[in-house]
This record gives sequence, C-alpha cells and structure tokens, in this order.
Amino acid sequence: MSNQRELFRIVVVGHVDHGKSTLIGRLFHDTGSLPEGKEEAIRATCERRGVPFEWAFLMDALQAERNQAITIDTAQIWFHSEARGYVIIDVPGHREFLKNMITGAASADAAVLVVDAVEGVREQSRRHGYLLHLLGIRQVSVVVTKMDMVGFDQQKFDAVEQEITAYLEGLGITPTYVLPVSGRDGDNIAEPGSNLAWYQGPTLLAALDQFDVVTEADDQPLRFPVQDIYKFDQRRILAGRVESGVIRVGDTILFSPVNKSAKVASIEGWNIASPQREAHAGQSIGITLDEQIFVERGAVASHEDRAPIETDVFRARIFWLGSESFKPGQSIGLKLMTSESTIELQAIEQIIDTGNLSVSPAGQIERDDVAEVVLRTPKPLALDAANDLPRSGRFVLTRNYEIVGGGLISMEGYADQRDLITVRSSNLTRVEHQVSASDRTIRNRHAGGVLWFTGLSGAGKSTLAIEAEKELFNRGYQVYVLDGDNVRNGLNTNLGFSPEDRAENIRRVGEVAALFAEAGVLVISAFISPYRSDRDRARLAAGDAFHEIYVEADLATCESRDPKGLYKRARAGEIEDFTGISAPYEAPAAPELVVDTAKSDIPSCVAEVVRYVEAVFPLRAE
Amino acid sequence: MTPLDDLESESIFILREVYARVPNLAMLWSLGKDSGVMVWLARKAFFGHVPFPAVHIDTEKKLPEMYAFRDHYAKEWNLRFVSGTCPPIEDMDPSLPPAARSAARKTAGLKAMVREKGYDGLIVGIRRDEEGTRAKERIFSARDSKGGWDVRGQKPEFWDQFNTEFPPGAHIRVHPLLHWTEIDIWRYIERENIPVVDLYFSKGGKRYRSLGDADITFPVDSDAATVAEIITELEHTKVAERSGRAMDHEAEDSFERLRADGYL
Ligand SMILES: Nc1nc2c(ncn2[C@@H]2O[C@H](COP(=O)(O)OP(=O)(O)OP(=O)(O)O)[C@@H](O)[C@H]2O)c(=O)[nH]1
Ligand SMILES: [Mg+2]
Repeated sequence: MSNQRELFRIVVVGHVDHGKSTLIGRLFHDTGSLPEGKEEAIRATCERRGVPFEWAFLMDALQAERNQAITIDTAQIWFHSEARGYVIIDVPGHREFLKNMITGAASADAAVLVVDAVEGVREQSRRHGYLLHLLGIRQVSVVVTKMDMVGFDQQKFDAVEQEITAYLEGLGITPTYVLPVSGRDGDNIAEPGSNLAWYQGPTLLAALDQFDVVTEADDQPLRFPVQDIYKFDQRRILAGRVESGVIRVGDTILFSPVNKSAKVASIEGWNIASPQREAHAGQSIGITLDEQIFVERGAVASHEDRAPIETDVFRARIFWLGSESFKPGQSIGLKLMTSESTIELQAIEQIIDTGNLSVSPAGQIERDDVAEVVLRTPKPLALDAANDLPRSGRFVLTRNYEIVGGGLISMEGYADQRDLITVRSSNLTRVEHQVSASDRTIRNRHAGGVLWFTGLSGAGKSTLAIEAEKELFNRGYQVYVLDGDNVRNGLNTNLGFSPEDRAENIRRVGEVAALFAEAGVLVISAFISPYRSDRDRARLAAGDAFHEIYVEADLATCESRDPKGLYKRARAGEIEDFTGISAPYEAPAAPELVVDTAKSDIPSCVAEVVRYVEAVFPLRAE
Repeated sequence: MTPLDDLESESIFILREVYARVPNLAMLWSLGKDSGVMVWLARKAFFGHVPFPAVHIDTEKKLPEMYAFRDHYAKEWNLRFVSGTCPPIEDMDPSLPPAARSAARKTAGLKAMVREKGYDGLIVGIRRDEEGTRAKERIFSARDSKGGWDVRGQKPEFWDQFNTEFPPGAHIRVHPLLHWTEIDIWRYIERENIPVVDLYFSKGGKRYRSLGDADITFPVDSDAATVAEIITELEHTKVAERSGRAMDHEAEDSFERLRADGYL
C-alpha cells in the first residue's frame, strides 16, 4: 500500500476580520499547496469585483462571503508539511455565526488563535479561547497577525502577547507558541522573512509541526454504544462504534441502563482478511452475543467492573446556540452517544462571562451564553463525567429539529444511582397475607401511610415531626417517626455522607417507611433527603400512600438558626458535601403539602400537618 | 488506526446513523469512483447488504462504458437499482451558463425522483476537497420542501451528533464521504480492490479524473494506467480534480447557484 501520513486537525479561530482566512490562504500559497490556477482564479475574481487581492477567497467560497468580505460558514482544506498531513479548519469570527465556529472547532486536535496586531484581543478572541477550552482542545498557539500594519513593532507584539497569554492562563491553557506574522505578505508563515529579525521562535509552519499527537489510551473503560441491531441474515448483529477502551471476543459485557449481561460471541466484518478478535476506540464494528438478550439502540456496553454512571440528574456546563432562550422547567431534546431523551432544565447555577471569566446568577439562558446547570431526565441514562471519559460525558441539546447547544457532564454532588435502582422482580411471589389492608385499617381506625418531610438542615423537620407524632398519637393514630437518630445508628450504620451513601440511606428509609405503611402505621420520615430522584424512588416504594411534605425555610433562615453549629462548620470547610452549602438541595416540584417554618411558628405548622392528616387519613369511629 | 481506517470507520458510523434515524432512504449511485466507494462502505456497514435502493439519475448522456459498468455491478453487488430520468434542457433556467444549464437537468431529475418516491433522505458521495461550496457542507444537510439548500443558515453539527429530524416536506442529504480526499478514495480502492470504470485509466495519454456527462466532461493528460499509478500521479499533481468539468469554470457563482437549488 502507498504510504500515508498521519493526519492532524487544526482549527484557526479568532475575532472577526482579524485575518484567519487570509492566514490560511497565504499558508497554502507559501507551502506550494495551492492547485494549479487557483491563485490566478482568485486574482481574476478580485479584479472583476474591483477589490484588492484577497487570500481569504481561497476559503471564503460563498458569494455572500465574498460580497461582505466575511466568513459565514466553516470550511476545511487539506495540505501536508514535510512532517505530516493536516486538515485546516477555517471558522467565522463574527458573533452571529458562533454555531458555525463550534461546528468547525469541535473536531480539531489543536488550535491557532489569530489576533490582529492593530486591534489586539477582542470579545471573540476571548470567547473562542474559552470555547476551545470547553471543547477539550488543550493545545493552542497564538498568531499575532497584520504585523505589517504596525511596522513589525516588537513592543506592539509584546503587549498583545501579554494580554492573550494572561487570559488563556486563566483557563489553564499555556499557548505552545505566540508568534508574529503578516498574513498578507507571508512574513514568518513558511519562511522567517526579513522584517521580524527580532523574533527568534518558529514560523507558523514549524509551530504546526510542533503540536503533539493525542492518542487514546487502550486502558480506558470500554464504552460501546449500540447504534442499531441488524438481522439481514441469520446473524443478529449489534452495530456500533467503540468510543473508548477495548472489546474482545469472550468478554462478558454489561448493557446500561437496561442492566443485562452477555458474552461477546464474535466480532463480525465484511471483506476482511481474518475475523477480528478485538476492537479498539474509534472502530465501527458489529458483534454477536452468546445469548439473545433484549437490547436497543441507545444502550451502552461496558465491562461489568467499569460500568458507566446511571442517573436521571446531573450537572453540566453548557453552551447555548438557540435563538430562543432556555428557561428552568422547560424540556427539550438530548442526544448522548446513541441515546435520545427529553431533558428538563432543573436549575441554572450560574452564567459564565467568557470576557472576564466572572460568574453571575440568571433566570434564563440566552443565545451564546455559557452556563452551569442541573439537568433532569425522565428515566436514568448511562453516562460518564466528561473529565473521566470525554466521549461519553458530552451531549447535544435539540429543539425544533435543530441542535441548539452542547454540554459537558459533571457529577459533582450527585450520586451514581446504578445500585439504587431497585428492580422489583416480578417472579418473586410475595407472601400472601391472611390479614388484609382493610382488616388493618379497621383495627387501627385509619389507613397506613408515609408523611415524607424534606427540607434543609435547620428547617425544623425533626421538631415538627416529634410534635406532630405526639399530637396525632393523642388523637388516636398509630404513628411513628423515622429520623437520623433511629436509622443512622442501626439500619444504616455502614453509610457515610457521600452522594452515593446519602442516596442509599434514603433508599433504605423509603423501603422501611413503605413496610411500616403496609403494616398499617402512619410513619413520618424526617430527613433532609435533598435529591429529587431519591424522593421519587421512595414514592415509588410506597405508592399512593406517599405524601411529600416540604418543610420550607430559606437557606439564610436555616443558617441563622444553625442549632447544631453545622452551617458554621460547613462554611469553614470542616464538613464536606453539606446540603445547601457545598451540596445541592433540590426542592420538591409538586409536594402534597408545604409548611413554611420561616413564616409560621411551630405550633401553627404542627396544626397544619395535623389538619392535612385528618383530611387524608380520617379516623374511623371505634 | 491508519487515516484510511479512521475515514472508513467514520463513514460507516454515518451510514448506520442515517439508516437508524431516517425512514425512507436512497443512495445516489453516479457510477463514478466516489459513489463506488460509498456503495462499498455501505456493504461494510451492513455486513454485505445494501439495505436501501441505489438511485441513478440518468441524464442519458453518460459514456457507454458507464452504462455497461452500471448494468454489471447493479447485479453483481445485488443492488436494489432505481433509475430516474431528467427533463430536456429547454426546461432549465436559461440564465445559467450552458454547462451549468445542462447540469441543472440532473437537479430537476433528482427532485422529481424525491417527490415521486417520497424519500426522506438521500445519501450522496460528495467530498469537501472537490469544490469551495462543498467544503462548507454538513454531514447531515437539510434541504427545504423545494429541495433547496440554505447555505447561509446551516445548522450546527458537532461531536458526531447529527440533525436527524426535520420539518415535514423537507428532506435530508447525508454525506458519508465529506472528509475523504481524492487520493484517499484511490488508496481505498487499492486497499479494498474495488472495481471502477475503465475510463479512469489512461489510454493514449489521456484519462478521466472526474466523470460527468459526456458533452461537458473532458479527459486530462495522464499516463496513469493502474490504480497505483493514479495514486503516484495524485501525490505529485497540482491540477485540480474538476479541471475537466466545464461547469466549474463558466462563472464564479454558477456552482453555488446550482447547489443552492439542490444540485449535489
Ligand atoms: N495588512 C494586512 N491585512 C491583512 C492581513 N491579514 C488579513 N488582512 C486583511 O484583513 C481583512 C480580514 O481578513 P480575513 O482573513 O477575511 O479575516 P477573518 O479573520 O478570516 O474574518 P472572519 O472569518 O470574517 O472572522 C482582509 O481585508 C484582509 O486582507 C495582514 O497580515 N496584513
Ligand atoms: Mg474568515
């Protein structure tokens, strides 16, 4: 086979009109990469249009681009140096076309950030820099161009260098090189030229050759998202691309979120010399299994011991490209690997100003915003944190037939729910009681149920629970309080306060509360239970008998009460993962009852709870 | 993985995405080297099968060798072959330059076919490196209800996630070869041993580098008579691939006008 060079993908970014397309045109010319007649064709076009010669016309091929002397959409072009092959990706610098900039930049291995020596660092220089960082592009060289327009002045260059380097360093990016060039005249593009004698570093061409090749490691966890299932002949083939890790014939693989396992019987192929025994990241393959388990497009195969996270809620840093704003409570489409789902914007934590990297709260996300958010899906998804595995930790958002944003997943403060998802096995026959629920209701004079209190630490859950228990007991109810004190010491002694342990704590309480309710007792649970997913699971366990009661008091009130001094310690950093301070509290979306202890005193809150209980669990006559 | 493996894997991924997400699909088979590679990639993606029709929009002005090639391989590759016709040139926009006007027949034939068969998606073997407006394309590229391309309003597409949904009446063009270059195509033909029309090989010092209608496509000077020689030639040449295509050289905007109207 003829020899092939490795291929490196470079995106050229920067503010509008700073000279990106010109730089590419000139680079092609100076490296002898233009096809025959191309330069003459551009010259003829410019003459016909009555404008000075524009190297940018190599990339700016659209009529609208040439008429307005601006790049509208991204384009790609191929060339090679002595060392290797390149795909050069041109993107628009105008803010209006940010979606096209992302489209082009997202596939790059490295970036060249172009800054105009006259104008210096501008809004899109910073925004593009920030987006490179968000897109996971870590290698950046900065080109200060139009040096001819500042008389090749070193001081001018130094000033621009300082400004852009400071900004990038705020993002954790150290530019590989910062180099002066003239895109129009070709100084320091392929050859140093004589105008920049004070500059000692590499030419642009040499700087490109210095970028490191990034290779994906085989020792990453396997992620094989199922793209489709084929039955064109007698084989049942699961088709997909290995996104990370290695898959081998004979491996036992687990499909998430369906939670089914099987062994890889074969890796199938067509027109290949010998059957494949293993496949690596990047390969599009098909496998057959030893067992015909039911899996669909969207499931992710992994090895059992390094499975993806399963969750219906996660944090993300998103960039929003939609023309209409995105508001909390709205649901839109999500694509993550091959799975698709709807997703609700549960909360906007902050908007990031890409100009100065400051953050601020916001009620909605507008076009071109970068935001940190909490997102919720109706059913658990299989995913990873983007920091651990980029390809399974990123997603796009869709609305009205169009991709309107992208995001990177973070699980900070949220639990992997994999082990919490209780499969209520249908082939486990339940004990047939000879005592019916109505027998119990008659004996106790009321039906069993769960009063699930939730609220911040210091909101008054325990106080309220204990008072309500006494009051209800006095009125004739079989009532019992579950709280941290009687559960943490026995049933849950083995659990700490990590997101996973908190979630397991609540899962067990939910199951126990459901059993109490079935036994005919009215049970009051008094736990912070900060995660909506956990409370929803408790509701699922108890069914209709479940009543969520939001013990509301705002954070400031709770913090000022601070009965056990916990907030003070959390603020001092002595307690990790403290709800409301360093871990999330997700208020109920539709609680059956809200009692606000910041606005009413305890006796009136107790009375409200009692009134509610008497209405929904009326006491029968003896 | 070699660069060729990467390209092959990406194309297979794209073909499987469109097959999974777009209901009524067809692949355009223009009988040239690119669409030959594309059919081959479909057989790779679907393990020897091509699970959608292979459509040829027949301008009735192809070279005889191409028709012979078509009849032979439609059978040998077990393709569900569909042939479409094109309206006469008199029906085409008279403001277009002559070669572009001739090429517009193909757009009209294509649109008629999409209407008649109700295709939601067309898989097309264009490449970015062929021409400036193709360089701006998306992999999943929306066409409006009249088959037109809104080149100034293309949708974002990144991280291998595609715009697979579109409003009623619109259709989608899918470009699995967008990131291949001419030399990649020939290297893959060599590696996989894919048959191509003889017209690509030099006879009497001339060969076709790109195949279109007989009256608007011309052979170029070349002694390359085998796939290996073509690859060597391309490693050194500076002549553009479509230099033998008359329509590319008539007016600055003719190709863009054709494409905005729905040309490939
Ligand atoms: N004097 C001088 N002019 C330059 C240089 N580089 C670019 N220009 C001019 O600056 C203008 C903008 O250049 P482009 O290459 O189109 O800028 P761009 O960054 O691609 O712009 P967008 O893609 O629209 O964001 C053109 O008129 C160029 O001729 C340079 O090095 N020296
Ligand atoms: Mg430009």
